[in-house]
Amino acid sequence: MIHSLFLINASGDIFLEKHWKSVVSRSVCDYFFEALERATEPENVPPVIPTPHHYLINVLRHRIYFVAVIQSEVPPLFVIEFLHRVVDTFQDYFGVCTEAAIKDNVVVVYELLEEMLDNGFPLATESNILKELIKPPTILRTVVNTITGSTNVGEQLPTGQLSVVPWRRTGVKYTNNEAYFDVVEEIDAIIDKSGSTITAEIQGVIDACVKLTGMPDLTLSFMNPRLLDDVSFHPCVRFKRWEAERILSFIPPDGNFRLLSYHVSSQNLVAIPVYVKHNISFREGSSQGRFELTLGPKQTMGKAVESVLVSSQLPRGVLNANLNPSQGTYTFDPVTKLLSWDVGKINPQKLPSLKGSMSLQTGASKPDENPTINIQFKIQQLAISGLKVNRLDMYGEKYKPFKGIKYMTKAGKFQVRT
Amino acid sequence: MDTFLRYLKEREQERLIKILSFMIYIFRHDDLKEMLDSNKDSLKLEAMKRIVAMIARGKNTSDLFPAVVKNVACKNIEVKKLVYVYLVRYAEEQQDLALLSISTFQRGLKDPNQLIRASALRVLSSIRVTIIVPIMMLAIKEAASDMSPYVRKTAAHAIPKLHSLDPEQKDQLIEVIEKLLADKTTLVAGSVVMAFEEVCPDRIDLIHKNYRKLCNLLIDVEEWGQVVIINMLTRYARTQFLNPNVNESLLEDSSEKAFYASDDEEDEDKKTEAAALAKRKPYVMDPDHRLLLRNTKPLLQSRNAAVVMAVAQLYFHLAPKAEVGIIAKALVRLMRSHSEVQYVVLQNVATMTIKRRGMFEPYLKSFYIRSTDPTQIKILKLEVLTNLANETNISTILREFQTYIKSMDKDFVAASIQAIGRCATNIGEVRDTCLNGLVQLLSNRDELVVAESVVVIKKLLQMQPEQHSDIIKHMAKLIDNIQVPMARASILWLIGEYCEHVPKIAPDVLRKMAKTFTNEEDIVKLQIINLAAKLYLTNSKQTKLLTQYVLNLAKYDQNYDIRDRARFIRQLIVPTDKSGALSKYAKKLFLALKPAPVLESPFKDRDHFQLGSLSHLLNAKAGGYQELPDWPESAPDPSVRNVEVKDSIPDWSKCTSRKDRKEKKVDKPFYSDSEGESGPTESADSESDSGSGSESASASDESGSGSESEESGEETESEDEEEDEEKEKKRKKHLDKTKAKKPAEESAESEQSSGTEDRKRGRKAVKNQKSASESESESESSESEDESEEESEEESESDTDIRKKKTPVSKQPPKQSKKESKKEKQEMSLLDLDDFEPAPTSAPVTPVNFLSSSLVSDLEGLSLTDTILAPTTIAPSGLIKLYELLHRITGEGLAVEYCFSRQPFSPDPNMVAVQIQFTNNTNSETKNLHIKEPRLQSGMRIREFAEIEVLAAGESVTVVMGIDFCDSTQAANFQLCTHTRKFFASIQPPVGELMTPVFLTENDFKKEQGKRTSAHPRFSTPSCSIDCSFSSKRLSFFFFLCSSVSLKFIFNS
Repeated sequence: MIHSLFLINASGDIFLEKHWKSVVSRSVCDYFFEALERATEPENVPPVIPTPHHYLINVLRHRIYFVAVIQSEVPPLFVIEFLHRVVDTFQDYFGVCTEAAIKDNVVVVYELLEEMLDNGFPLATESNILKELIKPPTILRTVVNTITGSTNVGEQLPTGQLSVVPWRRTGVKYTNNEAYFDVVEEIDAIIDKSGSTITAEIQGVIDACVKLTGMPDLTLSFMNPRLLDDVSFHPCVRFKRWEAERILSFIPPDGNFRLLSYHVSSQNLVAIPVYVKHNISFREGSSQGRFELTLGPKQTMGKAVESVLVSSQLPRGVLNANLNPSQGTYTFDPVTKLLSWDVGKINPQKLPSLKGSMSLQTGASKPDENPTINIQFKIQQLAISGLKVNRLDMYGEKYKPFKGIKYMTKAGKFQVRT
Repeated sequence: MDTFLRYLKEREQERLIKILSFMIYIFRHDDLKEMLDSNKDSLKLEAMKRIVAMIARGKNTSDLFPAVVKNVACKNIEVKKLVYVYLVRYAEEQQDLALLSISTFQRGLKDPNQLIRASALRVLSSIRVTIIVPIMMLAIKEAASDMSPYVRKTAAHAIPKLHSLDPEQKDQLIEVIEKLLADKTTLVAGSVVMAFEEVCPDRIDLIHKNYRKLCNLLIDVEEWGQVVIINMLTRYARTQFLNPNVNESLLEDSSEKAFYASDDEEDEDKKTEAAALAKRKPYVMDPDHRLLLRNTKPLLQSRNAAVVMAVAQLYFHLAPKAEVGIIAKALVRLMRSHSEVQYVVLQNVATMTIKRRGMFEPYLKSFYIRSTDPTQIKILKLEVLTNLANETNISTILREFQTYIKSMDKDFVAASIQAIGRCATNIGEVRDTCLNGLVQLLSNRDELVVAESVVVIKKLLQMQPEQHSDIIKHMAKLIDNIQVPMARASILWLIGEYCEHVPKIAPDVLRKMAKTFTNEEDIVKLQIINLAAKLYLTNSKQTKLLTQYVLNLAKYDQNYDIRDRARFIRQLIVPTDKSGALSKYAKKLFLALKPAPVLESPFKDRDHFQLGSLSHLLNAKAGGYQELPDWPESAPDPSVRNVEVKDSIPDWSKCTSRKDRKEKKVDKPFYSDSEGESGPTESADSESDSGSGSESASASDESGSGSESEESGEETESEDEEEDEEKEKKRKKHLDKTKAKKPAEESAESEQSSGTEDRKRGRKAVKNQKSASESESESESSESEDESEEESEEESESDTDIRKKKTPVSKQPPKQSKKESKKEKQEMSLLDLDDFEPAPTSAPVTPVNFLSSSLVSDLEGLSLTDTILAPTTIAPSGLIKLYELLHRITGEGLAVEYCFSRQPFSPDPNMVAVQIQFTNNTNSETKNLHIKEPRLQSGMRIREFAEIEVLAAGESVTVVMGIDFCDSTQAANFQLCTHTRKFFASIQPPVGELMTPVFLTENDFKKEQGKRTSAHPRFSTPSCSIDCSFSSKRLSFFFFLCSSVSLKFIFNS
């Protein structure tokens, strides 16, 4: 399966290599660099690059290319999914997955990779198991280790892998037992010029942070489970129970995990919480263009729209933009032609607007592309689909846990065409 | 705290700098060696960490090997682990030193802690040192029967490692795989199937008995294992079950438009359907097939994209048409994932949308393109949208496309224009709208957009040129401005092709082009010549001089193709005294009505690759790709999977079966791997055969009765008892037939008879059982009972004996020698049998035996003449390499070698003659050597050699078979069958053996060579392919022939 892994940074240096079978020369990455050169944008590198003797499968995360070398037929998604899992694990361990973090913790990284693959086939990818094998480096532990010379590697070999619930480590103990669930929904939408919705859908996830002693068995039920059209579960969720009763029943992993992701059925009309009034125009013959943008709340169920961020890729002909925001700050990068406006909170009484002019290249004809406007926002304490958790119960343990549920709505890929 | 940390970091850096300077200026790694040799664990750890960091950066640290290996037994677990990392990395380079560490691991293998055993095995098997192969083999075998499933999992992981290190261990490893496949824990399942896929993916027979178990365990297997198992089961199901869309698949071929077919088409469909129905029985899905579909469905909900994709491809390839739809939703969900996942999913969706458009239509809007998508994703989405377009949604799709054309991403805009073109060709209603839209784009400011539009318009116009002369005029004007060569060429071609529609403009364009001829690109030049030729033929008055001018320019062009084209065209169109016969047809050649191009999706026909595979993504076969087999015409015997059901019956049968399994394990060492396995399966086979075949005694019915036997299995069982006597009579008849029949059918017959014998005992067992509990009447129960019966006998006698007794005739040749020495004992055992069974059943056994031996002696002469004849027909010329097809040991005494005789294979000139030599190294004769079940790549064919009736002990025979490899070096796989055994064999030709031998005298050869080499270079220029799109296709085909012939000569020289 996976022969080798190369980590390549944005400037094209290979800063880490790991081989699970015989060593593959790093010159194989030249094919990758060729592809990188050909691609106009960093994300346009094809995920699978065939070379005479190997195939390179790469993913780009945090401006690092993770390039896996494989030699024979293997489902490409298998490798891609695994590479993403590696990145997630690094993030879990080091907080961020940057070149610096990886270089600083190169030994831990190596130990992790050694455990995650055996002969190129995934062995332990569950973060609970890995954390038992290799303790994540914390500041305190680094200090203690330096002084006492003790190690990061668990003395005890993991037991989770052998149990019926491989995702949960055994012997968990907490003084404060708590279980928090975040219901986060994202709206993906394309709004056309006139403000009508072309497509809009809601995707949601339930992220959990469970710190419970022992082996708790949880059930989570919804007020309106019918809203959930398509779901995918963490392996801990009992599928049969969901099918029969629409109840999530599971023994949770320890710590943070994604319990569920779902898609809200497309029959329901999606409430669009913001609207945009825009007027972006270029006049023929003149080297000036007009730019006007006004945001306003719409269908927010009385909640405030926060952390609004507007960005737009302006046409290549635009040299500079001279704008005046009624609130927040804006930046325009004359090289990438990216305009971004950090609005903050939308005040329904005084709608935020950004007005001004754009200067064009003199003599150049009027650009015929229209920029699209991407919007990000957050609405706290609201699940826009109306999904509500009914109750959370715990079985199998005696104590009373502290439970909490939080709702949030965010913009996913929210685009307004002009 | 912070300052302290900073201090630590600084100290660390200082030290690092010191060490670096050390490394560079004084000795290499000397301080590290010192640290490793010290007594302090912390120093060792520090050193190992640095070494690992160096390895990670790709620095060579192999000179530290001795110092590091010493620490393999270190107490500190982290040091130990890092030493392992080092060891696995460098052991291959320093094999001798690596051996020092082996004893540590061997000790580890015996540790009471399962996790230490597992990690020892893991490292041991990762050390790629050939010398320790036997040790590894032993360790794997031991671990495979370890108590702990975790260790067994590690053993499964170790199998492919050993296989890649030493492929000769394959047979033993298959044995281990077989054992581990029977494992019931979810932990092992994924890993062992993984090993199966790497070591012996074609041994589908190992899966039969574990099929149901794998299906049932699937949901609990870890996600990576699920992917591997699902992919394997997809292939398995393709070989074992019937196509659930038998009836639909016929319709699909007739046309994709079956959805909105006109009336007469529907009638046709009905007819074919009726014909199909008449031919086949109504389709009933095998319950095992259903089981697979049912148990994989929940996995569509997995969080792992690879699992979802695996299930999706399983449904696409295996499910009835009506059920495939459920995967669409899950695949659309994956589109929310990372862009790499999107990329792969969209590729697969694109392929699916061609075959089953309806599936994704409800999700049309999910494929709308966002400006933030990477270009490669945009283009794939565009592909999907185009495939999904039909009459009802085309207006929304076109509106979407309109906004895409305004995008800033020019590659994407070009792709959008092409997509519009494809929609226009596929959907007649919108052709005019699209054309108008595209014509408007001609006035776009961006040249790329215009060029792309021109190319697309050219294709559209070809469909209905009459109505659009004004568009052609418009495009003729464009030629002054457009610089993109492909667009210029397209315009010129259009004007030339439809010069009669624009009689005034065309000559003028030619005039302009003649002026700029020398500065044009090659494809444009070719089109100018084309235009000139066409105009000359239609309007020679105005253009004669222009044409001659252009041709003269072309005559002195630098490019081969252009000079050739000019020469060729001049001969054709300009009448000279010695112009050939062709010039009469010049007008026909040039102004023939060209078929309109079909704009096809690049994803068409990609579904012959298993979806979700790397090969599918690349649209080329990746190494190690296992072809997805076609559905079988008739289902193989479903009862081969029965073993597992027996276990699910909770009562008495359970304990016997367990005993049974234990017994089988003990069995194995007696036989070489596949023998041990074929014993039980064979008996199971013959039983079920007897179930269905009892009515129709001929063996050929067995294969056809697959679906029947499933239903009739229970019936026959109950009938069995009543028909007891009747069958006895039948068997006698049967016997008579056997005597009359030719020995060719003998083996089958004898098998049958042994089968009937088996069944007899089974039936007897059932009778016993009946007395115990009357309700039990399932076929499985009888089977297991049968086996347990055997065991009770086995207890009293030696193993080989029992086998001989069971199948005295069909027994393996190697055992024949023993047979003689134990003749008396055998008689004894036969007598034993008599105690068990009514006399008549044992009667047929001996006569058949007798008969066979007499026939054998008769036929010996025949086979001898064969050996004499073979060498004369094909005299091997010179030194020809012999390849091994079947080794003496794996073939149990039968050795098979083959060579490419490099002689023409007279029955079929396309085939390569393969000379096969069989040698019987045993002391007994081998009978009925023939080839069965060839599994070939598409297009490949085999002409089998005539069956070798008998091969006496020590003799060898040479035969010739023909294989058409279709000019590929893909292996031809088939089974080599003797009267008792089947061997998998595969012949892979080296490239050099694929040529047609041609006999030439030296002079002839030189002559040909002279001709060809002068002609050759121009055919290798890439413009050949461009030719065919514009001018007559026939021509380029002719060129192609020439070039391939010349290639052949070059190879020969």
